Amino acid sequence: MQSLTSRAKQVERKPMTWVEKLYMWNIAKGMWITFKHIFKKKATISYPEQKRAFSPVFRGLQILNRDEEGRENCTACGLCAVACPAEAITMEGAERKPGEEHLYREEKYAAKYEINMLRCIFCGLCEEACPKDAVYLSETFAPSNYQRKGFIYGKEDLLIPHPITNPEEYKKALGNRANKSQQQ
Amino acid sequence: MHLVLLAMDWGFIVEKMILIISIVSLSLIIAMYETYMERKVAAIIQDRRGPNRAGPFGLFQPLADGLKLFMKEEIIPNTSNKMLFVLGPCLAMLTAMMTSAVIPWGDRIHFTLFGQDRYVSLQIADINIGILYIFGVVSMGVYGIMIGGWASNNKFSLLAAMRGASQVISYELPMGLSLIALLMMTGSLKMSVIMGQQLDGWYNVLYQPLGFFIFLVCAFAECNRTPFDLPEAENELNFGYHQEYSSMKLGFYLFAEYINMFISSAVMVTLFWGGYDIPFVSDTELVKNIGYNWMALLQGGVMFLKVLIFIFVFMWVRWTIPRFRYDQLMNLGWKGLIPLGLVNMVITAAVVLWLKK
Repeated sequence: MQSLTSRAKQVERKPMTWVEKLYMWNIAKGMWITFKHIFKKKATISYPEQKRAFSPVFRGLQILNRDEEGRENCTACGLCAVACPAEAITMEGAERKPGEEHLYREEKYAAKYEINMLRCIFCGLCEEACPKDAVYLSETFAPSNYQRKGFIYGKEDLLIPHPITNPEEYKKALGNRANKSQQQ
Repeated sequence: MHLVLLAMDWGFIVEKMILIISIVSLSLIIAMYETYMERKVAAIIQDRRGPNRAGPFGLFQPLADGLKLFMKEEIIPNTSNKMLFVLGPCLAMLTAMMTSAVIPWGDRIHFTLFGQDRYVSLQIADINIGILYIFGVVSMGVYGIMIGGWASNNKFSLLAAMRGASQVISYELPMGLSLIALLMMTGSLKMSVIMGQQLDGWYNVLYQPLGFFIFLVCAFAECNRTPFDLPEAENELNFGYHQEYSSMKLGFYLFAEYINMFISSAVMVTLFWGGYDIPFVSDTELVKNIGYNWMALLQGGVMFLKVLIFIFVFMWVRWTIPRFRYDQLMNLGWKGLIPLGLVNMVITAAVVLWLKK
Protein backbone atom coordinates (compact mmCIF):
# COMPACT_ATOMS: atom_id res chain seq x y z
CA MET A 1 0.00 0.00 0.00
CA GLN A 2 1.17 3.49 -0.77
CA SER A 3 1.96 5.32 2.43
CA LEU A 4 0.92 8.93 2.84
CA THR A 5 4.21 10.22 4.18
CA SER A 6 7.81 9.11 4.08
CA ARG A 7 7.78 8.77 7.85
CA ALA A 8 5.29 5.88 7.92
CA LYS A 9 6.63 2.95 9.90
CA GLN A 10 5.64 -0.68 9.70
CA VAL A 11 4.26 -1.77 13.07
CA GLU A 12 5.53 -5.10 14.33
CA ARG A 13 2.79 -7.26 15.71
CA LYS A 14 4.59 -10.51 16.39
CA PRO A 15 3.86 -11.96 19.82
CA MET A 16 6.38 -11.32 22.56
CA THR A 17 8.84 -14.03 23.40
CA TRP A 18 8.91 -15.49 26.89
CA VAL A 19 11.89 -13.40 27.88
CA GLU A 20 10.24 -10.24 26.57
CA LYS A 21 7.13 -11.09 28.56
CA LEU A 22 9.12 -10.74 31.77
CA TYR A 23 9.62 -7.07 30.74
CA MET A 24 12.99 -7.04 32.44
CA TRP A 25 15.06 -5.29 29.83
CA ASN A 26 12.48 -2.60 29.24
CA ILE A 27 11.96 -2.04 32.93
CA ALA A 28 15.71 -1.69 33.42
CA LYS A 29 15.80 0.89 30.64
CA GLY A 30 12.96 2.82 32.21
CA MET A 31 14.57 2.70 35.63
CA TRP A 32 17.77 4.10 34.17
CA ILE A 33 15.86 7.01 32.67
CA THR A 34 14.16 7.89 35.94
CA PHE A 35 17.46 7.47 37.77
CA LYS A 36 19.07 10.04 35.51
CA HIS A 37 16.29 12.47 36.35
CA ILE A 38 17.33 12.46 40.00
CA PHE A 39 20.39 14.49 39.11
CA LYS A 40 18.71 16.90 36.74
CA LYS A 41 18.13 20.52 37.52
CA LYS A 42 14.68 21.23 38.94
CA ALA A 43 12.46 23.45 36.84
CA THR A 44 10.43 24.55 39.85
CA ILE A 45 11.25 27.71 41.79
CA SER A 46 10.14 28.19 45.41
CA TYR A 47 7.69 30.95 44.62
CA PRO A 48 7.24 33.39 47.46
CA GLU A 49 10.93 33.37 48.38
CA GLN A 50 12.19 33.20 44.85
CA LYS A 51 10.64 35.08 41.99
CA ARG A 52 11.12 34.71 38.33
CA ALA A 53 12.41 37.78 36.49
CA PHE A 54 9.70 39.48 34.47
CA SER A 55 10.06 40.54 30.89
CA PRO A 56 10.55 44.31 30.51
CA VAL A 57 7.06 44.69 29.09
CA PHE A 58 5.31 42.85 31.93
CA ARG A 59 2.06 44.50 32.96
CA GLY A 60 1.01 44.01 36.56
CA LEU A 61 -1.15 45.96 38.97
CA GLN A 62 -1.41 49.72 38.52
CA ILE A 63 0.35 52.24 40.72
CA LEU A 64 -0.34 55.94 41.06
CA ASN A 65 2.93 57.78 40.72
CA ARG A 66 4.40 60.68 42.69
CA ASP A 67 7.08 63.11 41.57
CA GLU A 68 10.52 63.46 43.18
CA GLU A 69 9.17 65.57 46.02
CA GLY A 70 6.45 63.07 46.74
CA ARG A 71 3.54 64.99 45.30
CA GLU A 72 0.82 63.12 43.49
CA ASN A 73 0.99 63.41 39.73
CA CYS A 74 -2.63 62.67 38.96
CA THR A 75 -4.86 65.62 37.99
CA ALA A 76 -8.04 63.57 37.58
CA CYS A 77 -8.30 64.46 33.91
CA GLY A 78 -10.13 61.21 33.24
CA LEU A 79 -8.19 60.24 30.12
CA CYS A 80 -7.29 56.87 31.59
CA ALA A 81 -10.92 56.14 32.38
CA VAL A 82 -11.85 57.04 28.81
CA ALA A 83 -9.08 54.88 27.41
CA CYS A 84 -9.94 51.90 29.57
CA PRO A 85 -11.63 49.24 27.42
CA ALA A 86 -12.86 47.33 30.44
CA GLU A 87 -14.28 50.43 32.17
CA ALA A 88 -12.46 49.55 35.32
CA ILE A 89 -11.41 53.05 36.36
CA THR A 90 -13.56 55.62 38.15
CA MET A 91 -12.42 58.86 39.70
CA GLU A 92 -13.57 62.11 41.25
CA GLY A 93 -11.61 65.32 40.92
CA ALA A 94 -11.13 68.00 43.56
CA GLU A 95 -9.47 71.37 43.79
CA ARG A 96 -6.23 71.83 45.66
CA LYS A 97 -6.62 74.10 48.69
CA PRO A 98 -3.88 76.54 49.73
CA GLY A 99 -1.42 74.73 51.96
CA GLU A 100 -1.77 71.45 50.12
CA GLU A 101 0.98 72.23 47.61
CA HIS A 102 3.24 69.63 49.14
CA LEU A 103 0.59 66.93 48.52
CA TYR A 104 -0.53 67.55 44.98
CA ARG A 105 1.57 68.76 42.09
CA GLU A 106 -1.13 70.69 40.24
CA GLU A 107 -4.26 72.65 41.10
CA LYS A 108 -6.58 69.74 40.53
CA TYR A 109 -6.18 66.28 42.01
CA ALA A 110 -8.06 62.99 42.28
CA ALA A 111 -10.04 62.88 45.51
CA LYS A 112 -11.17 59.38 44.68
CA TYR A 113 -9.42 57.03 42.27
CA GLU A 114 -10.60 53.45 41.98
CA ILE A 115 -9.61 50.58 39.76
CA ASN A 116 -11.67 47.43 39.80
CA MET A 117 -9.03 44.73 39.53
CA LEU A 118 -11.61 42.13 38.55
CA ARG A 119 -12.57 44.18 35.51
CA CYS A 120 -9.08 45.30 34.60
CA ILE A 121 -7.52 43.36 31.74
CA PHE A 122 -4.03 44.81 32.30
CA CYS A 123 -3.79 46.10 28.73
CA GLY A 124 -1.81 49.16 29.76
CA LEU A 125 -3.91 51.64 27.78
CA CYS A 126 -4.37 53.82 30.91
CA GLU A 127 -0.62 54.12 31.15
CA GLU A 128 -0.41 55.13 27.49
CA ALA A 129 -3.24 57.64 27.82
CA CYS A 130 -1.88 59.41 30.90
CA PRO A 131 -0.37 62.82 30.03
CA LYS A 132 0.99 63.36 33.55
CA ASP A 133 3.04 60.18 34.06
CA ALA A 134 0.65 59.38 36.90
CA VAL A 135 -0.49 55.83 36.29
CA TYR A 136 1.83 52.94 35.64
CA LEU A 137 1.52 49.21 35.47
CA SER A 138 3.93 47.83 38.04
CA GLU A 139 5.50 44.42 38.44
CA THR A 140 3.32 43.32 41.34
CA PHE A 141 0.62 40.84 40.49
CA ALA A 142 -1.61 38.07 41.84
CA PRO A 143 -3.98 40.08 43.98
CA SER A 144 -5.98 37.92 46.36
CA ASN A 145 -8.94 38.67 48.57
CA TYR A 146 -11.82 37.00 50.33
CA GLN A 147 -14.48 39.31 48.95
CA ARG A 148 -15.23 40.86 45.61
CA LYS A 149 -15.27 44.35 47.04
CA GLY A 150 -11.69 43.84 48.18
CA PHE A 151 -10.65 43.86 44.55
CA ILE A 152 -11.76 47.45 44.04
CA TYR A 153 -8.48 49.18 44.73
CA GLY A 154 -8.78 52.71 46.10
CA LYS A 155 -6.15 55.40 46.28
CA GLU A 156 -4.61 53.99 49.45
CA ASP A 157 -3.89 50.71 47.62
CA LEU A 158 -2.70 52.27 44.42
CA LEU A 159 -0.53 55.17 45.57
CA ILE A 160 3.16 54.55 45.42
CA PRO A 161 5.14 54.87 48.71
CA HIS A 162 6.61 58.28 49.40
CA PRO A 163 9.97 58.71 47.58
CA ILE A 164 11.60 60.78 50.34
CA THR A 165 10.34 59.14 53.52
CA ASN A 166 10.31 55.62 52.12
CA PRO A 167 12.74 55.54 49.17
CA GLU A 168 13.33 51.80 49.13
CA GLU A 169 9.68 50.83 48.95
CA TYR A 170 9.20 53.55 46.35
CA LYS A 171 11.91 52.10 44.12
CA LYS A 172 10.51 48.61 44.46
CA ALA A 173 6.99 49.67 43.64
CA LEU A 174 8.09 51.76 40.70
CA GLY A 175 9.69 48.79 38.96
CA ASN A 176 11.59 48.82 35.73
CA ARG A 177 8.72 49.85 33.57
CA ALA A 178 8.21 53.31 35.01
CA ASN A 179 11.95 53.94 35.15
CA LYS A 180 12.31 53.14 31.52
CA SER A 181 9.78 55.63 30.26
CA GLN A 182 11.03 58.27 32.68
CA GLN A 183 14.48 57.94 31.26
CA GLN A 184 13.24 58.59 27.75
CA MET B 1 1.30 -20.88 92.07
CA HIS B 2 3.27 -18.17 93.83
CA LEU B 3 6.41 -20.15 93.41
CA VAL B 4 5.86 -20.37 89.68
CA LEU B 5 5.43 -16.62 89.46
CA LEU B 6 8.54 -16.04 91.49
CA ALA B 7 10.56 -18.47 89.48
CA MET B 8 9.71 -16.65 86.27
CA ASP B 9 12.36 -14.39 84.83
CA TRP B 10 10.47 -11.10 85.08
CA GLY B 11 13.38 -9.24 83.60
CA PHE B 12 12.96 -11.29 80.47
CA ILE B 13 9.35 -10.21 80.09
CA VAL B 14 10.20 -6.56 80.70
CA GLU B 15 13.01 -6.73 78.19
CA LYS B 16 10.76 -8.24 75.56
CA MET B 17 8.02 -5.71 76.25
CA ILE B 18 10.42 -2.83 75.79
CA LEU B 19 11.75 -4.41 72.62
CA ILE B 20 8.27 -4.97 71.20
CA ILE B 21 7.13 -1.45 72.00
CA SER B 22 10.23 0.14 70.55
CA ILE B 23 10.15 -1.91 67.36
CA VAL B 24 6.44 -1.34 66.79
CA SER B 25 6.74 2.39 67.37
CA LEU B 26 9.86 2.48 65.23
CA SER B 27 8.07 0.81 62.35
CA LEU B 28 5.18 3.24 62.75
CA ILE B 29 7.50 6.23 62.63
CA ILE B 30 9.34 4.80 59.67
CA ALA B 31 6.07 4.17 57.86
CA MET B 32 5.08 7.76 58.59
CA TYR B 33 8.26 9.11 57.10
CA GLU B 34 8.00 6.72 54.19
CA THR B 35 5.01 8.74 53.02
CA TYR B 36 7.21 11.82 53.14
CA MET B 37 10.02 9.99 51.36
CA GLU B 38 7.63 8.71 48.73
CA ARG B 39 6.51 12.21 47.90
CA LYS B 40 10.07 13.49 47.88
CA VAL B 41 11.31 10.66 45.66
CA ALA B 42 8.39 11.17 43.30
CA ALA B 43 9.18 14.86 43.14
CA ILE B 44 12.89 14.34 42.53
CA ILE B 45 12.28 11.79 39.79
CA GLN B 46 9.80 14.16 38.14
CA ASP B 47 12.16 17.16 38.45
CA ARG B 48 10.05 18.80 41.12
CA ARG B 49 10.79 19.79 44.70
CA GLY B 50 8.17 17.96 46.72
CA PRO B 51 6.78 18.96 50.10
CA ASN B 52 8.95 21.69 51.61
CA ARG B 53 6.56 24.01 53.41
CA ALA B 54 5.62 22.29 56.68
CA GLY B 55 8.67 22.63 58.89
CA PRO B 56 12.30 22.43 57.75
CA PHE B 57 12.45 20.62 54.41
CA GLY B 58 8.78 19.78 54.86
CA LEU B 59 9.61 17.31 57.60
CA PHE B 60 6.33 17.89 59.43
CA GLN B 61 4.33 17.02 56.34
CA PRO B 62 3.45 13.48 57.56
CA LEU B 63 2.11 14.98 60.80
CA ALA B 64 -0.03 17.40 58.84
CA ASP B 65 -1.29 14.58 56.63
CA GLY B 66 -2.13 12.46 59.67
CA LEU B 67 -3.94 15.35 61.31
CA LYS B 68 -5.90 15.91 58.15
CA LEU B 69 -7.00 12.27 58.07
CA PHE B 70 -8.06 12.39 61.73
CA MET B 71 -10.06 15.58 61.21
CA LYS B 72 -12.01 14.24 58.27
CA GLU B 73 -15.56 13.06 58.63
CA GLU B 74 -15.83 9.39 59.29
CA ILE B 75 -18.47 7.73 57.21
CA ILE B 76 -19.64 4.18 57.82
CA PRO B 77 -22.02 3.08 55.09
CA ASN B 78 -25.53 2.47 56.35
CA THR B 79 -25.88 -1.01 54.93
CA SER B 80 -22.40 -2.18 55.80
CA ASN B 81 -21.57 -4.77 58.40
CA LYS B 82 -20.24 -2.35 60.99
CA MET B 83 -18.17 -4.76 63.02
CA LEU B 84 -16.37 -6.15 60.01
CA PHE B 85 -16.09 -2.70 58.50
CA VAL B 86 -14.01 -1.62 61.46
CA LEU B 87 -12.21 -4.94 61.70
CA GLY B 88 -10.85 -4.68 58.12
CA PRO B 89 -8.36 -1.85 58.64
CA CYS B 90 -7.51 -3.17 62.12
CA LEU B 91 -6.54 -6.51 60.64
CA ALA B 92 -4.52 -4.86 57.90
CA MET B 93 -2.56 -2.90 60.49
CA LEU B 94 -2.19 -5.87 62.83
CA THR B 95 -0.78 -8.24 60.23
CA ALA B 96 1.52 -5.54 58.94
CA MET B 97 3.00 -5.02 62.40
CA MET B 98 3.20 -8.66 63.45
CA THR B 99 5.76 -9.66 60.86
CA SER B 100 8.51 -7.63 62.50
CA ALA B 101 8.60 -10.07 65.43
CA VAL B 102 11.03 -12.53 63.89
CA ILE B 103 13.39 -10.12 62.14
CA PRO B 104 16.78 -9.74 63.83
CA TRP B 105 17.58 -6.03 64.07
CA GLY B 106 21.01 -6.42 65.59
CA ASP B 107 23.10 -8.87 67.54
CA ARG B 108 22.60 -8.20 71.26
CA ILE B 109 22.86 -5.60 73.98
CA HIS B 110 24.87 -6.20 77.13
CA PHE B 111 24.28 -4.55 80.50
CA THR B 112 24.67 -5.34 84.17
CA LEU B 113 21.61 -5.40 86.40
CA PHE B 114 21.87 -6.11 90.16
CA GLY B 115 25.33 -7.50 89.57
CA GLN B 116 24.03 -9.82 86.90
CA ASP B 117 25.30 -9.81 83.33
CA ARG B 118 22.38 -9.67 80.94
CA TYR B 119 22.45 -10.13 77.19
CA VAL B 120 19.36 -9.00 75.29
CA SER B 121 18.97 -10.25 71.76
CA LEU B 122 17.60 -7.62 69.39
CA GLN B 123 15.16 -10.06 67.91
CA ILE B 124 11.76 -10.28 69.52
CA ALA B 125 11.24 -13.98 68.97
CA ASP B 126 13.82 -16.33 67.52
CA ILE B 127 11.42 -19.13 66.70
CA ASN B 128 12.55 -22.14 64.72
CA ILE B 129 9.92 -21.59 62.02
CA GLY B 130 10.72 -17.91 61.45
CA ILE B 131 10.12 -17.83 57.72
CA LEU B 132 7.00 -19.93 58.01
CA TYR B 133 5.69 -17.47 60.57
CA ILE B 134 6.27 -14.59 58.17
CA PHE B 135 4.40 -16.41 55.44
CA GLY B 136 1.54 -17.21 57.78
CA VAL B 137 1.15 -13.62 58.89
CA VAL B 138 1.53 -12.19 55.41
CA SER B 139 -1.18 -14.45 54.03
CA MET B 140 -3.43 -13.25 56.84
CA GLY B 141 -3.11 -9.81 55.31
CA VAL B 142 -5.52 -11.02 52.64
CA TYR B 143 -8.24 -11.03 55.28
CA GLY B 144 -7.82 -7.31 55.81
CA ILE B 145 -8.45 -6.76 52.12
CA MET B 146 -11.31 -9.24 51.80
CA ILE B 147 -13.13 -8.21 54.96
CA GLY B 148 -12.80 -4.53 54.11
CA GLY B 149 -14.13 -5.06 50.60
CA TRP B 150 -16.93 -7.34 51.66
CA ALA B 151 -18.12 -5.37 54.67
CA SER B 152 -18.49 -2.20 52.59
CA ASN B 153 -21.54 -3.75 50.91
CA ASN B 154 -20.54 -2.25 47.60
CA LYS B 155 -20.04 -4.39 44.52
CA PHE B 156 -17.07 -2.40 43.30
CA SER B 157 -15.33 -2.74 46.64
CA LEU B 158 -16.02 -6.47 46.60
CA LEU B 159 -14.68 -6.82 43.06
CA ALA B 160 -11.58 -4.90 44.02
CA ALA B 161 -11.15 -7.06 47.10
CA MET B 162 -11.37 -10.20 44.95
CA ARG B 163 -8.81 -8.67 42.64
CA GLY B 164 -6.49 -7.89 45.52
CA ALA B 165 -6.94 -11.22 47.25
CA SER B 166 -6.31 -13.29 44.14
CA GLN B 167 -3.25 -11.21 43.36
CA VAL B 168 -1.76 -11.62 46.81
CA ILE B 169 -2.48 -15.32 46.90
CA SER B 170 -1.09 -16.03 43.44
CA TYR B 171 2.12 -14.12 44.12
CA GLU B 172 2.66 -15.98 47.36
CA LEU B 173 3.34 -19.12 45.33
CA PRO B 174 6.44 -17.95 43.45
CA MET B 175 7.58 -16.20 46.62
CA GLY B 176 7.43 -19.53 48.45
CA LEU B 177 9.20 -21.30 45.62
CA SER B 178 12.05 -18.82 45.65
CA LEU B 179 12.36 -19.30 49.39
CA ILE B 180 12.38 -23.09 49.14
CA ALA B 181 15.52 -22.80 47.04
CA LEU B 182 17.03 -20.57 49.71
CA LEU B 183 16.03 -22.94 52.49
CA MET B 184 17.65 -25.87 50.72
CA MET B 185 20.91 -23.95 50.92
CA THR B 186 20.65 -22.74 54.48
CA GLY B 187 18.99 -25.84 55.87
CA SER B 188 17.05 -23.92 58.48
CA LEU B 189 13.88 -21.87 58.81
CA LYS B 190 15.28 -19.96 61.74
CA MET B 191 15.96 -16.33 60.88
CA SER B 192 18.98 -16.08 63.17
CA VAL B 193 20.60 -19.14 61.56
CA ILE B 194 20.09 -17.77 58.04
CA MET B 195 21.50 -14.46 59.29
CA GLY B 196 24.45 -16.09 61.02
CA GLN B 197 25.52 -17.93 57.90
CA GLN B 198 25.77 -14.65 56.05
CA LEU B 199 27.59 -12.95 58.89
CA ASP B 200 30.85 -14.71 58.09
CA GLY B 201 30.27 -16.00 54.57
CA TRP B 202 28.90 -14.54 51.40
CA TYR B 203 25.48 -12.96 51.20
CA ASN B 204 22.74 -15.25 49.99
CA VAL B 205 22.01 -13.02 47.03
CA LEU B 206 25.29 -14.19 45.46
CA TYR B 207 24.12 -17.80 45.59
CA GLN B 208 20.52 -17.08 44.77
CA PRO B 209 20.34 -14.10 42.40
CA LEU B 210 17.33 -15.49 40.57
CA GLY B 211 15.64 -16.42 43.82
CA PHE B 212 16.19 -12.91 45.13
CA PHE B 213 14.82 -11.44 41.95
CA ILE B 214 11.66 -13.53 42.14
CA PHE B 215 11.27 -12.66 45.80
CA LEU B 216 11.64 -8.95 45.01
CA VAL B 217 8.98 -9.01 42.31
CA CYS B 218 6.63 -10.94 44.57
CA ALA B 219 7.28 -8.53 47.41
CA PHE B 220 6.10 -5.73 45.15
CA ALA B 221 2.91 -7.64 44.46
CA GLU B 222 2.39 -8.55 48.11
CA CYS B 223 2.68 -4.94 49.18
CA ASN B 224 0.26 -3.84 46.44
CA ARG B 225 2.88 -1.52 45.04
CA THR B 226 3.20 -0.38 41.46
CA PRO B 227 3.36 -2.06 38.96
CA PHE B 228 1.03 -4.42 40.84
CA ASP B 229 -1.19 -1.91 42.61
CA LEU B 230 -4.36 -3.04 40.90
CA PRO B 231 -6.26 -3.46 44.16
CA GLU B 232 -6.23 0.29 44.46
CA ALA B 233 -6.14 1.42 40.87
CA GLU B 234 -7.75 4.72 41.66
CA ASN B 235 -7.83 6.20 38.21
CA GLU B 236 -8.95 3.40 35.96
CA LEU B 237 -10.59 0.80 38.18
CA ASN B 238 -12.66 3.06 40.45
CA PHE B 239 -10.39 2.74 43.47
CA GLY B 240 -10.10 -0.47 45.42
CA TYR B 241 -11.35 -2.36 48.42
CA HIS B 242 -11.12 0.82 50.51
CA GLN B 243 -13.50 2.72 48.29
CA GLU B 244 -16.09 3.21 51.06
CA TYR B 245 -13.53 4.07 53.69
CA SER B 246 -12.85 7.58 54.83
CA SER B 247 -10.92 9.39 57.51
CA MET B 248 -8.34 7.45 59.50
CA LYS B 249 -9.74 4.03 58.55
CA LEU B 250 -8.63 4.76 55.02
CA GLY B 251 -5.44 6.09 56.52
CA PHE B 252 -4.85 2.79 58.28
CA TYR B 253 -5.16 0.85 55.04
CA LEU B 254 -2.69 3.13 53.33
CA PHE B 255 -0.48 3.11 56.39
CA ALA B 256 -0.48 -0.69 56.52
CA GLU B 257 0.84 -0.66 52.98
CA TYR B 258 3.79 1.46 54.04
CA ILE B 259 4.51 -0.71 57.06
CA ASN B 260 4.36 -3.75 54.79
CA MET B 261 6.87 -2.10 52.53
CA PHE B 262 9.23 -1.50 55.43
CA ILE B 263 8.84 -5.02 56.80
CA SER B 264 9.23 -6.75 53.46
CA SER B 265 12.35 -4.68 52.81
CA ALA B 266 13.64 -5.85 56.18
CA VAL B 267 12.82 -9.48 55.34
CA MET B 268 14.59 -9.19 52.02
CA VAL B 269 17.63 -7.66 53.66
CA THR B 270 17.71 -10.39 56.29
CA LEU B 271 17.26 -13.27 53.91
CA PHE B 272 19.34 -12.16 50.96
CA TRP B 273 21.52 -9.17 51.84
CA GLY B 274 23.09 -10.22 55.10
CA GLY B 275 20.72 -8.44 57.47
CA TYR B 276 22.61 -6.41 60.06
CA ASP B 277 26.01 -7.66 58.88
CA ILE B 278 28.40 -4.80 58.25
CA PRO B 279 29.80 -5.37 54.78
CA PHE B 280 33.59 -5.78 54.26
CA VAL B 281 34.16 -5.89 58.04
CA SER B 282 34.61 -8.93 60.21
CA ASP B 283 31.91 -8.52 62.83
CA THR B 284 33.42 -10.98 65.28
CA GLU B 285 36.67 -9.02 65.31
CA LEU B 286 34.95 -5.67 65.66
CA VAL B 287 32.83 -6.77 68.58
CA LYS B 288 35.96 -7.49 70.62
CA ASN B 289 37.17 -3.94 70.08
CA ILE B 290 34.08 -1.83 70.68
CA GLY B 291 31.84 -4.01 72.82
CA TYR B 292 28.35 -5.32 72.36
CA ASN B 293 26.36 -2.12 72.79
CA TRP B 294 28.20 -0.01 70.22
CA MET B 295 28.19 -2.97 67.91
CA ALA B 296 24.42 -3.34 68.23
CA LEU B 297 24.00 0.35 67.43
CA LEU B 298 26.28 0.05 64.42
CA GLN B 299 24.55 -3.07 63.18
CA GLY B 300 21.14 -1.50 63.63
CA GLY B 301 22.32 1.46 61.59
CA VAL B 302 23.64 -0.75 58.81
CA MET B 303 20.43 -2.74 58.76
CA PHE B 304 18.42 0.45 58.60
CA LEU B 305 20.55 1.74 55.75
CA LYS B 306 20.05 -1.43 53.75
CA VAL B 307 16.32 -1.34 54.39
CA LEU B 308 16.25 2.29 53.31
CA ILE B 309 17.89 1.39 50.02
CA PHE B 310 15.21 -1.21 49.41
CA ILE B 311 12.45 1.23 50.28
CA PHE B 312 13.98 3.61 47.78
CA VAL B 313 13.91 0.85 45.15
CA PHE B 314 10.22 0.31 45.90
CA MET B 315 9.57 3.99 45.29
CA TRP B 316 11.87 4.25 42.34
CA VAL B 317 9.97 1.43 40.64
CA ARG B 318 6.65 3.02 41.52
CA TRP B 319 7.51 6.24 39.74
CA THR B 320 8.96 4.46 36.73
CA ILE B 321 6.63 1.69 35.71
CA PRO B 322 2.97 2.03 34.83
CA ARG B 323 0.42 -0.39 36.21
CA PHE B 324 -0.02 -3.82 34.64
CA ARG B 325 -3.28 -4.86 33.11
CA TYR B 326 -4.93 -7.56 35.18
CA ASP B 327 -4.36 -10.39 32.68
CA GLN B 328 -0.72 -9.30 32.34
CA LEU B 329 -0.39 -9.45 36.09
CA MET B 330 -1.82 -12.96 36.28
CA ASN B 331 0.23 -14.11 33.29
CA LEU B 332 3.40 -12.82 34.84
CA GLY B 333 2.65 -14.53 38.11
CA TRP B 334 1.49 -17.92 36.89
CA LYS B 335 3.29 -18.30 33.59
CA GLY B 336 6.42 -16.26 34.25
CA LEU B 337 7.46 -16.35 37.86
CA ILE B 338 6.22 -19.79 38.94
CA PRO B 339 8.10 -21.68 36.16
CA LEU B 340 11.11 -19.51 36.90
CA GLY B 341 10.86 -20.34 40.58
CA LEU B 342 10.52 -24.05 39.83
CA VAL B 343 13.58 -23.99 37.59
CA ASN B 344 15.51 -22.15 40.26
CA MET B 345 14.43 -24.69 42.83
CA VAL B 346 15.42 -27.70 40.72
CA ILE B 347 18.80 -26.23 39.83
CA THR B 348 19.52 -25.36 43.46
CA ALA B 349 18.49 -28.82 44.57
CA ALA B 350 20.76 -30.43 42.00
CA VAL B 351 23.71 -28.26 42.94
CA VAL B 352 23.20 -28.82 46.66
CA LEU B 353 23.06 -32.58 46.11
CA TRP B 354 26.13 -32.51 43.90
CA LEU B 355 28.14 -30.52 46.42
CA LYS B 356 27.21 -32.84 49.26
CA LYS B 357 28.38 -35.91 47.35
